[in-house]
Amino acid sequence: MNNLLEVVGLTKRYGGIAALDDCRFGVAEGSITGLIGPNGSGKTTAFNVISGYVRPDAGSVRFAGRKVRPEPAKMCRAGLVRTFQHPRVFGTLTALENVVVAAAPPWWATLTPRVRRRDRDRALALMEEFGLAGVAHQPAGQLSHGQRKLLAFAAALMSEPRMVLLDEPSAGVSPAVAEVMERHIKSSHAAGVTFLVVEHNLSFVMRLCDPLIVMARGRPIVIGPPAVVQADPGVLDTYLGAWR
Amino acid sequence: MSARGGALRRARSGGLWAGFFAALLALPVVLNAHWLLNIAVFTLMFAVLATAWNLVGGYAGYPSLGHGALFGIGAYAEALLFAGRDVGAGYGPFLAAAPIGVAVALAALPVAWIAMRTRAEVFAIVTITLLFITQALAFNLRGLTGGAQGIALPVPPFAERTFEWPYYYALLALLAVALGAAFAVDRTKLGSALLAIRADEDKARGVGVHVTFVKLLAFGLSAAFTAAAGAIWAYYVSFVYPQFAIDPFIAIAMVLMTYLGGRATLWGPVLGAFLLAPAQQLLAYQFGSSRLYLVAYAAVFLVVILALPRGIVPTLAAARQPGPAYHVSVDRVRARRERIGS
Repeated sequence: MNNLLEVVGLTKRYGGIAALDDCRFGVAEGSITGLIGPNGSGKTTAFNVISGYVRPDAGSVRFAGRKVRPEPAKMCRAGLVRTFQHPRVFGTLTALENVVVAAAPPWWATLTPRVRRRDRDRALALMEEFGLAGVAHQPAGQLSHGQRKLLAFAAALMSEPRMVLLDEPSAGVSPAVAEVMERHIKSSHAAGVTFLVVEHNLSFVMRLCDPLIVMARGRPIVIGPPAVVQADPGVLDTYLGAWR
Repeated sequence: MSARGGALRRARSGGLWAGFFAALLALPVVLNAHWLLNIAVFTLMFAVLATAWNLVGGYAGYPSLGHGALFGIGAYAEALLFAGRDVGAGYGPFLAAAPIGVAVALAALPVAWIAMRTRAEVFAIVTITLLFITQALAFNLRGLTGGAQGIALPVPPFAERTFEWPYYYALLALLAVALGAAFAVDRTKLGSALLAIRADEDKARGVGVHVTFVKLLAFGLSAAFTAAAGAIWAYYVSFVYPQFAIDPFIAIAMVLMTYLGGRATLWGPVLGAFLLAPAQQLLAYQFGSSRLYLVAYAAVFLVVILALPRGIVPTLAAARQPGPAYHVSVDRVRARRERIGS
């Protein structure tokens, strides 16, 4: 399988600390790749660099076979979107408008109605799947944490991306919502979307992801299927050791 | 949300619009004193200015304090076009307001493009700096602006008894167009994109909102109406000089009126202008040129911030529709705290 995303030699320093240190890995097209590691190992920084929110000090990103200089708008248009650990929604817009505004319409559609019939049908179908149809017309600022998390994910899918970066999809939500998340990651994956998932909930990751990338001190130490990662002594040392 | 409820709401809002403009059309006939018509002219002007400011300061969440400069440039453009000319029946200078608005908007876009790379407080400071730079230029480019002496405009041959009427109706027409534009912004993807930017610009960028394009579009629209109002104002007062035409007070007034009525609402800025502009004019009549009314303005600002942080229209809407309050401010704090890389 080809790599849809590839990072080569990414380095990012904050003061004297290297959040990413010559980090290199690839994400195969059609995979659900997990990115795990103890706090401060560089997972979120890697996300921020890949999605264009943080400029790296060195290294490069290749997406869909092309070398890119990531910038959020550019990555979105190229087919890569992300969610945030603390879900970020547009509070004054309704939940429905939150999904529609993320459809990435071309610039010349700016003066068409906020929610066209076609937008509404697609967005409502998506929200129905996520169990959000009941709150579609509420301002997103009124939704609960779990609902916002689902809303941010649904909105990310609205632009029909090739790849989605999920930042801790199950963090801080009820088991029921986590299950909905998992189901949707799987069904989108079956529809052809590639995922890169940062997650601390290990049982969630082990069920969902293959392969896993284990980060420590700004670079991957092991890349492989869950069984291999679980058996690796280095992982036990750095990752689980850090927990004790 | 039933289709019938939608139709009813549309009919009601259509009735509101029609009633509002019908009342304003008839007003000059009722107000037969010059001083009252003078207040009405300024009220309409500030309604246009607040409606225009709301597009940038309300919908996009970019608190511009530099709109006074756009107003002043519009005023100077009108003065330079017509100073020492014969204006015939006197209606040409009204028509000139439209091309002046478009030209000022186009000229302002490169500046806005740079200024809008900053946000929030920094943007406010950058834009107020632009205001004072413009004022300094008006003082010092004597060959063009006449410096501190200013420029006189021709006085048109309007009948004495109805002298204010043409200005009043010109501004009413401008208000209708500005409100129409604001309505269009509110109902289209431009409006939802601007509100998304206001809530969380970084996130908006990442979901494919054309951030720079819609910000500049909103600024251009806003600048056009602001400058056009400045042009009509210059013709009305028939004299421009730097500290009068490029006045921080005008820049603050449109902000305050929008805040009072309600940011990012259609009627909020108009309501704010209709409350504050007459009050300010009356206070100015009472206390002459002592500018004591500025103290009253500061008091209004404090009351708005303490008692009505979201403005009158959103507060009333929330009171009519029970439910949890919007968590907008919480969202913004969270977004700021989380802003990546800083």
